[in-house]
Amino acid sequence: MTTATATANRKLTAKDFQVPFPNDWCPGCGDFGIINAVQQAFARLELEAHKVAVVGGIGCSGKAPYYFPVYGVHTLHGRLLPFAHGIKLANPEMTIVGVGGDGDGLGIGAGHFVNAGRRNLDMTYIFFNNEVYGLTKGQAAPTLAMGLQPKSLPAPNIQGQLNPLMMAMSVGFTWIGRGYSYNVKKVVDLIVAAIEHPGLSFIDILQPCPTYNNLHTKDWYAGKDLDSGQPRIYWLDDTDYDPVIPEGADDAAVLGKMNEFLTKAHEWGDEIPAGVFLDNRATSTFADRIETRIENYRAQPPNKREIADESGRPTADLSEIFDEVRMT
Amino acid sequence: MADRRYEPQSETVTINHDELAWRVGGPQGSGVDTAAGIFQRACALGGLNVFGRREYYSNIMGRHSYFDVRVAHHPVHSHCDEVQLLTTFEDESLARHAISVVEGGALFYAAKDVEKEVQGITYLDLRAKDDLIAYLEERGLPTTLGGVLEDARQRGVQTYEADFDKLVESLADQLDIVSALAARTTNTLAVAMSLALVEYPRKYVYDALAKIWPGRQKIIDMNVAAVDLAYQFVRDTYDTSKFEHRLTPSQSKEPRILLNGNQAVAMGKIAAGMTFQSYYPISPATDESTYLEAHETFPSTNGARGSVLVVQTEDEISAVCMAAGAALTGARSATATSGPGFALMVEGLGWAGINEVPLVVTLYQRGGPSTGLPTRSEQGDLFLALNAGHSEFPRIVLASSDLEEAFYDAAAAFNYAERYQTVVIHILDKSISSKTMSVPPFDLERIRIERGEIASPNGGHEGPYPRFKPTESGISPRPLLGMPGGMHWLTGGEHTQYGRVTEDPVVREQQMEKRMRKLETAAREIPVDEKLRVYGDPAAEFTILSWGSNKGAIVEAIELLAEEGCAARLIQVRIMSPFPGPELEELLAPAKPLIGVEANFSGQLAQVLRQHTGIACDKLVVKYNGRPMAARRLYETFKTIMDGTDETKIVLRNPNE
Repeated sequence: MTTATATANRKLTAKDFQVPFPNDWCPGCGDFGIINAVQQAFARLELEAHKVAVVGGIGCSGKAPYYFPVYGVHTLHGRLLPFAHGIKLANPEMTIVGVGGDGDGLGIGAGHFVNAGRRNLDMTYIFFNNEVYGLTKGQAAPTLAMGLQPKSLPAPNIQGQLNPLMMAMSVGFTWIGRGYSYNVKKVVDLIVAAIEHPGLSFIDILQPCPTYNNLHTKDWYAGKDLDSGQPRIYWLDDTDYDPVIPEGADDAAVLGKMNEFLTKAHEWGDEIPAGVFLDNRATSTFADRIETRIENYRAQPPNKREIADESGRPTADLSEIFDEVRMT
Repeated sequence: MADRRYEPQSETVTINHDELAWRVGGPQGSGVDTAAGIFQRACALGGLNVFGRREYYSNIMGRHSYFDVRVAHHPVHSHCDEVQLLTTFEDESLARHAISVVEGGALFYAAKDVEKEVQGITYLDLRAKDDLIAYLEERGLPTTLGGVLEDARQRGVQTYEADFDKLVESLADQLDIVSALAARTTNTLAVAMSLALVEYPRKYVYDALAKIWPGRQKIIDMNVAAVDLAYQFVRDTYDTSKFEHRLTPSQSKEPRILLNGNQAVAMGKIAAGMTFQSYYPISPATDESTYLEAHETFPSTNGARGSVLVVQTEDEISAVCMAAGAALTGARSATATSGPGFALMVEGLGWAGINEVPLVVTLYQRGGPSTGLPTRSEQGDLFLALNAGHSEFPRIVLASSDLEEAFYDAAAAFNYAERYQTVVIHILDKSISSKTMSVPPFDLERIRIERGEIASPNGGHEGPYPRFKPTESGISPRPLLGMPGGMHWLTGGEHTQYGRVTEDPVVREQQMEKRMRKLETAAREIPVDEKLRVYGDPAAEFTILSWGSNKGAIVEAIELLAEEGCAARLIQVRIMSPFPGPELEELLAPAKPLIGVEANFSGQLAQVLRQHTGIACDKLVVKYNGRPMAARRLYETFKTIMDGTDETKIVLRNPNE
């Protein structure tokens, strides 16, 4: 394993973002396509490895951080967003990629998902959506439709289904895409665009769980059960759908785009749209908002501030603060 | 002592000119805090030592709140259960607190309330109503506020009618302003009448107004006029000959700041170079974070503008995880909460523990369990702080007892966190958070920032960095997220030295032992004076063991005992983890009797002491009604112990708080 840095002579490749450790996902797991795509995206973006943190939750997807030679943070169930926020807020130079499952993000972590949207912090959240809890052996995830019964369920699912795209849009994610883990090339494009987006981006990645989701399999996504025999996934960039809300867009323009988004995000069944659903450039980022209050936030972020002189004396000067409460 | 009833609790406060215990009560939202703010500043500006205690309901408007202010020429460390002077704005305050005015004391009341039935007071608790009515009936007094006043007079309390509405009208006429505007001076009028009664120089009240409303001359002028009116009114109207109490300013020119515990902690964090704080609103912790947010930038000695990034999160789980994430980058990070929020943070503490993250959590205890008594005080979370989390990880638990400790400990917490690369829980309580005290300005020269072992992986380091490499001290150099060459993994799972998850039994043992060794290192390195402190007569056998906010009252109680020639000492435990068991064993050997004093039901520190040393307290003095202990009651209790009481657990009660 080497420390990845691009030089004038050599462009980075996905290999620079691989690690020589065995991977314990099940054979055929959709997760492989995702980490493969992330490695390629990092290389294409020529990221410096030490300036990248991959932050995972709990579950099969949560193990993804182990497969990159960057700062890999395997956090708690549902908590990847708060940890990721803490890292990014304190060290804004870092590129942060969250990798978490459907249950992690919209089950136990739903509160964080909702409130992350309110902040629009610059990071990318890759959502591993296989509709089941894999590591605990196949229970229903919040993305599983009502009435379905993947093989581990003793009875059909009697809880409703969350639509992650609509969730992300309604809470304020400013870049929203969907990919399919067996189409790595497209996922790489999505990840690159999501990382380049200067706000909170979300990629819903549909993926089979070959072990526990016997309903939405590779064959199902390939449309083998359909009369047409055509793949279910179709790509928005092959249509005239335009995901962009330009900088300075007015409320009416934003509302119009939301309506188009909802129509697309709602499509499911024989034809499933994928690609970029929303690219909102009109909303300020959290760092912009912080800068309105802490002027030198980007120049002197929390991790960089010089807090002590060479002899350990505090650099903070509290005289103004003491003066406010000074009596005699 | 019928200590569950509405009855005078004790008559103890002597009349002199060097001190005054004053109480102001009124509905929340009516300006009780403002009144207390003016009073405290006027006294502090006159060189007096000030101690303020704030009691309030979990309510925005209407419920009863009160503020005790004790001022003196000598240092004051606690409140008095009984006061010499009471100012009330409405019926409930009079009903609740008239009983707490000592013989020779005085109270102000509103004439319109005299006929009011106790039964008809909106928010007075049924228990309090029943007790008060029974008390009045036993004495053949009407069950009205008139009866309450008559009882006070029979007990030697001067009762002064104060018609604030009328004074407001006079002020409106005098200044030619509308009464609604003049009514904003009601708090000032009330304070000024109290201070006029004790003939305290009014110029300090003027100065206090200028402190509270700096630069807002119109408001100051209006309030100055109110002060003059009140002083004149008191001179013209009241017969003050029977109220002998006077208050003189002090000649002391010692520098003093006046602040509360939330502010002291916030200042300590700023001084320590904290640059990130996350929080979720919860009483009584919120005020610290909002104070930080209001002071998020400040000057620095290096010329750059210093700052603290304060983030309000969606819940306490997010708050603790976000602070831990920020700490990984090298930012000094903390979160502040109270018991219910801390309970939610537990999983984050465990993660920070196994990942050796320098994380500071400020825990302001309040009455529990569950929602408990959200705005009242308790020391019920010691077990929680010591044990929060499944399995085991090292933690430093640091307990402050007053505002000065709160400041210096808040700063020290970050040194401990970074030196030992682990979770530090700085434990305080509501009574510290909301108490105001005049103290010498904090000395930043006493603070040295120690960042602990930070790795410098730059310089050709290949491959992942062995972040968790076992060492003798248990402490391994820590690369910060973003450092070139420092790449490693972090996981809540057991891990190798590179941070990769493992279930290997040998690595597990190595890592568990490495982490827990840090506690031994900390126990060795932390000076004994930081772990515990002794007050009173160090040679005394009569030994009190306590912690946290009780200290002030205990120290005063020991002084009262000393005046009678009774020697006693207090051992205040400050570092709860690593617990100073060996030090305490030595110190407690001659203790006879050993008395645990705690604001909780079961004596949690006493139990921790026994767990670590086998030493059991002979007596336990506890209070768990959510209100802080007063010196005089403790003194009386210690006397009964000296006199050989059989009781092993003495519960301090005061139904009139």
